[in-house]
Amino acid sequence: MDDHPTKRDRARAASKGEIFDLPRVRARLGGLRGRQYWRCLEELADNPSFWRHAAREFPSSAPPDAFSRRDFLRLMGASLALAGLGACARRPAEKIVPYVRAPEEIVPGKPLFYATAMPLNGGAIGVLAESHMGRPTKIEGNPAHPSSLGATDIFAQASVLTLYDPDRSQTLSYRGHIRPWSAFVSELAPVLQEKRKKKGQGLRILSETVNSPTLAQQMGALLAAYPGARWHQYEPASRHNGRAGSLLAFGEYVDARYRFDQAQVVLALDADPLGADPGSVRYIRDFARRRRPHDEAAFIRLYAVECSPSNTGAAADHRLPLAPSQIELFARALASRLGVGGMEPQLPPPIERYRDWLEAVARDLKAHAGKSIVMAGERQPATVHALAHAINLALGNSGRTVIYTAPVEARPVDQIESLSALVGDMRAGNVDCLVMLGGNPVYNAPADLNFAEALSKVPLTIHLSLYHNETSYLCQWHIPEAHYLESWSDCRAEDGTVSIIQPLIAPLYGGKTAHEVVAALTGSPNRSSYEIVREYWRARFGAARFETLWERALHDGIVEGSALAPKPVRLVSGFKSRLSSPPPRQREAANPNPEALEIVFAPDPTIGDGRFANNGWLQELPKPLTKLTWENAALVSPATAERLGLKNDLLFSGRTVSVDLVEIAHQGRSVRAPVWIMPGHPDGAITVHLGYGRTRAGRVGTGNGFDAYRLRTTSSLWLGSGVEIGKTGQKHLLASTQTHFTMAGRDLVRAASFAAYRRDPHLALAHQAHEPKQDESLYPGFRYDGYAWGMAIDLSACVGCNACVVACQAENNIPVVGKEQVLRGREMHWLRVDRYYQGDPENPATSFQPVPCMHCENAPCEVVCPVAATAHSAEGLNDMVYNRCVGTRYCSNNCPYKVRRFNFLQYADWETPSLKPLRNPDVTVRSRGVMEKCTYCVQRINHAKIEAQKQGRKVRDGEIQTACQQACPAEAIVFGDINDPGSKVSSMKAEPRNYGILTELNTRPRTTYLARLTHPNPELQSGAKK
Amino acid sequence: MASGQNERAARSAALPVIEPGHSFASVTDKISSIVLARRTPRGWLVGFAVSFALVMLLTAAIAYLLVVGVGIWGVNIPVAWGFAIVNFVWWIGIGHAGTLISAILLLLRQQWRTSINRFAEAMTLFAVACAGLFPILHLGRPWFFYWLLPYPNTMAVWPQFRSPLVWDVFAVLTYFTISLLFWFIGLIPDLATLRDRSRSRVGRVIYGILAMGWRGSAMHWHRYEMAYLLLAGLATPLVVSVHSVVSFDFAVAVLPGWHTTIFPPYFVAGAIYSGFAMVLTLAIPLRAAYGLEDFITMRHLQNMAKVLLATGLIVAYGYMMEAFMAWYSGNPYETFMIANRAGGPYAMFYWALLFCNVAVPQLLWFPRVRASVPALFVIALIVNIGMWLERFIIVITSLHRDFVPSSWGMYAPTFWDWATLFGSIGLFLALMFLFIRFLPMISIFEMRALLPQAEVKP
Repeated sequence: MDDHPTKRDRARAASKGEIFDLPRVRARLGGLRGRQYWRCLEELADNPSFWRHAAREFPSSAPPDAFSRRDFLRLMGASLALAGLGACARRPAEKIVPYVRAPEEIVPGKPLFYATAMPLNGGAIGVLAESHMGRPTKIEGNPAHPSSLGATDIFAQASVLTLYDPDRSQTLSYRGHIRPWSAFVSELAPVLQEKRKKKGQGLRILSETVNSPTLAQQMGALLAAYPGARWHQYEPASRHNGRAGSLLAFGEYVDARYRFDQAQVVLALDADPLGADPGSVRYIRDFARRRRPHDEAAFIRLYAVECSPSNTGAAADHRLPLAPSQIELFARALASRLGVGGMEPQLPPPIERYRDWLEAVARDLKAHAGKSIVMAGERQPATVHALAHAINLALGNSGRTVIYTAPVEARPVDQIESLSALVGDMRAGNVDCLVMLGGNPVYNAPADLNFAEALSKVPLTIHLSLYHNETSYLCQWHIPEAHYLESWSDCRAEDGTVSIIQPLIAPLYGGKTAHEVVAALTGSPNRSSYEIVREYWRARFGAARFETLWERALHDGIVEGSALAPKPVRLVSGFKSRLSSPPPRQREAANPNPEALEIVFAPDPTIGDGRFANNGWLQELPKPLTKLTWENAALVSPATAERLGLKNDLLFSGRTVSVDLVEIAHQGRSVRAPVWIMPGHPDGAITVHLGYGRTRAGRVGTGNGFDAYRLRTTSSLWLGSGVEIGKTGQKHLLASTQTHFTMAGRDLVRAASFAAYRRDPHLALAHQAHEPKQDESLYPGFRYDGYAWGMAIDLSACVGCNACVVACQAENNIPVVGKEQVLRGREMHWLRVDRYYQGDPENPATSFQPVPCMHCENAPCEVVCPVAATAHSAEGLNDMVYNRCVGTRYCSNNCPYKVRRFNFLQYADWETPSLKPLRNPDVTVRSRGVMEKCTYCVQRINHAKIEAQKQGRKVRDGEIQTACQQACPAEAIVFGDINDPGSKVSSMKAEPRNYGILTELNTRPRTTYLARLTHPNPELQSGAKK
Repeated sequence: MASGQNERAARSAALPVIEPGHSFASVTDKISSIVLARRTPRGWLVGFAVSFALVMLLTAAIAYLLVVGVGIWGVNIPVAWGFAIVNFVWWIGIGHAGTLISAILLLLRQQWRTSINRFAEAMTLFAVACAGLFPILHLGRPWFFYWLLPYPNTMAVWPQFRSPLVWDVFAVLTYFTISLLFWFIGLIPDLATLRDRSRSRVGRVIYGILAMGWRGSAMHWHRYEMAYLLLAGLATPLVVSVHSVVSFDFAVAVLPGWHTTIFPPYFVAGAIYSGFAMVLTLAIPLRAAYGLEDFITMRHLQNMAKVLLATGLIVAYGYMMEAFMAWYSGNPYETFMIANRAGGPYAMFYWALLFCNVAVPQLLWFPRVRASVPALFVIALIVNIGMWLERFIIVITSLHRDFVPSSWGMYAPTFWDWATLFGSIGLFLALMFLFIRFLPMISIFEMRALLPQAEVKP
């Protein structure tokens, strides 16, 4: 109001006599030259309040603003500069040290690959570990390694997560108190001194199956130093029956390797070479190569007889579900028909109805003598193993399709006997120092041994372990174990090939290897495993050529020529009588209660025997057949479920299945377990998976599922009978990623028999849907002048092993969401493996279909995104721009394949420090609220394109491997440039069995499938699968 | 107003649009007294308190949503759209009646619209406001909602104009703007009346500002009539366009159950249906509470009942055609979709929808039902619920089992879904309560024009 020339102003001026100061006006006018008008008296008086008023009324006549454009710019420039200064946060006072001498190979942004090997279940798989700036981020198979041939299994893929697991044991401890290694060594010294005096009396070592030559030698030295000491081995899912079977048949320990690449007919007697069995990666490769239609003679036929559905059964051309006890009867009857003397040819009543099946299989095997395989599964008793060996010998398969070698493990023993002896001695007070190298016997030893109770009787217990687990908790000393990616060691693969394990990173938590602990026991506590392993191999290679051979072994990932030589075998004399002596278990006889069930134990398909319980990738990985995540369930057949009055109900939430919780009682022990109704499961039996119900696994694994080890005893290690099931009336919610078993009449998985396909490929795979013409679109098509990426997936090869799913998760930083989110249907896997059943639920045909993004030419998702966050690339990729995504989820709704995944919450862990180095630096870690999906591993495409451009050439076919393709043991997934007619993917897409799914929607998917071909026995085809 | 109109209206319907015995003053007194009353009625306070509590629930639900993420709702893959979209379509549909009554009936010179148009328009605005919340809240990253607008930006990216969601933004924003203008312009003469009659200084100032200097001069009236008519002309196509565009969100998708050409007309009919149901739901208690039976007469209620019946039949035809086409097309996915609706896990809701939207409104064929105020109220409520169920069925059952059986899943709302739905109802009611307390819910000057006294003698 101050400068407003109001009446008040004027009044004030008047009172001072200023309004019209005549002398001043005159003086002013006198000073002016020329014609000067005045508009009003105020102007004439040159009153300042007049000018203020005039400026407001007539801005144009106002004097120039004091704040000019230049001033404005100057001031803004300065304030922007200051704002810039302000944005510079104070740097934290942390010293960084640059490389004084940069490591030679490390170029930021360029990964390096190192060959190493992952030991597992008494075997090993050779891997190439990808290292970014010194941190391993991804595991690939080592193409030079016979167990891998470039592919991997789920465990190898997920092992890198275990390395960075924040729940891993991080400190050495004594009764829960943190101690340094030196304290352990000094406290151990007097004990060892005393032990030396007593020649090692009372010292016991318990390890898992040892297949490390160096460790075996160290153990030999240890036993030499302490002659009274004893070495026990126990691993819950080891080849207990396989070893016994080999002893029974041959009187010695031998290992059998099966050559699917040489065979025409395979019979798996409860064996799962394409699934859970050790060495499956190689078996899947060999099998899948024989399921391609190019060469008629090469097509392999697979029969499976099994007591619990497996991937092998799903891949089989004929599958026969039999109760566990019936398989031995079957094997005996078969053996009698295949020239194994002394077997009763008549079929006992329980399997009489499968006579035709058996006869046909026997004829087929006989017709392919020398080109067939009969393999017995680990679950089956030693007799079945021995019978399988005998059949193979009788058919002349030995040395051709079945290769016998000396055992891969360093010292094969009957592990159950070994552990029982140890526990007996512990209980008797004969053990005063027990050193456990890995393993978790408190959790996984047979329940009747009551290992935990026996352990409390041992005065000094030392446990080396990756996790502070159930056993560590009851031990005095706990030593954190180095992960294989942190260790120097060596191991033998299934065919005997030795790999040197070299570390990718220094132990994150100061972990020790078994080598170092054993060295400490033999009085050299400060020897590193590097020295120990090198010393062993120096002796092996010879000092002269050592460095060369060592370097080559490290570089190649294998020690050349270390595979075990084939070994001729002969059945022991008196084989027939040995076999006949234990009469085959007759279910009816053994079991007065007809209501009772038989029980089948199996290692869990994703977390194994429980050692991977704290691995979120494996916990969330859907089990191949049940598609359950995060826990196990007891599997029963639909008929058995009906008899017991058990139901599985779909709830109104995501993919939640409500199931009955039952009490499973076996040999006086019982556990509570949810029951899952499993099509294809034999009646009268129940399958439980080991590995769950952990109490000290870590934050991820503790408390999931039920502990089936509590039912497992030394007498019923894999199979048992007399199991009773009591309903509790309670319900339990299971998280399954696929709750619909059938294809609902949709043409998703196409299949034909190989014979029909060969007669007329197009007729065999004809289907109904109308496919629109390519130009039926409002929008102009895309042109691809350069590359056009595409994928083909051979359903004939795929056995549903899931390696691709975990590989994708590892490559693309896919988060784990937890059971509660899976229950809501929010799992994040970019690639899923769909499992469909066809036919009778008693024994359905099972097929798998890996489903990544289809990268459609007419992508329905692209049209509906309001912000162009999902867009078509010049090479035909359907790109996802995370930064741009606002999360309308319209794209997911409009995706007929439902391959899109949404971050409903903040799923990626941005907090845990140890998980940060795990991430692939080439892939964005997504935030909450954005959509994501398969990119065809665009980071790998771009990497290859850059490399090619630098060399001035095009990307070569096969140069880009997507993560799923690279991991696939079956080579089912092929990726490449479909603009290049010579590429492998183009040739696959040119096959008549190539088809796209839901093409009637005019999506024109880039990912196509090659129809599944089966090779049924014509004799059995009428009563197919029976 | 033309002279013969009241006569014609009187001839066409036995029931009057305004009860006899009113004068200019009595109309003005009656309507303005509701606003200008010094004492707030106890019922209003209770009603407002309840709806305000629901608004607080909505606020809490939104705050939690923004902090944690859209995962607090029941949405998943495959059902990536849940309650948010159901509620959005439902509210937008309700928002249709206002414009229809104001604009189309104005152009059609239906005088009975006069006593209900004001609050129907207010209802439209509030419903569209509630609707507008949901598309923003349902985003994974709601703070970037403005990326759907074509604004100049350093990224040089525009929205993707092929997406119906972008069309939605334009359709809904335009509709809201026009509805707001239409409503406000219609209010100006009444605001001036309130300004003149208000006894408090605050009221005079606020109403005065809002009245924008209305003095009732002939020029004012001339301009007013012109603007109102023009806006009515503008708003008329919007009645059809908004819900057509909303239906494109579904019809453009490939999903069985969404991918249908019948959707635009079927959605518009559904919208009018639900809009009129909501007007009835609001009008019946209001006329009872404020004694407005003279102004909102049985004539109004019966006319609305007839509109309800007519649009209900169109909607029923839509349901029928959906099923028929699923069978007639021979498309296995469509066939499955209908079978799944009728016999799948959500069948209960489908049959409830048919009961609410098809069966119950058939009662309106009977004049006795149309003459019963309680019956009309109950039927209107049922139709409101039925229309919500319709959107639920369209969104959920189409998504939960689409093409690839391996990905089929189920959907169930969480507590926060319900909290947001009821919170939005609370917001709507709270706004309505504020509206009837502070603005004339019936157009005073237009009511006066309906009086016989208003007829200009030749």
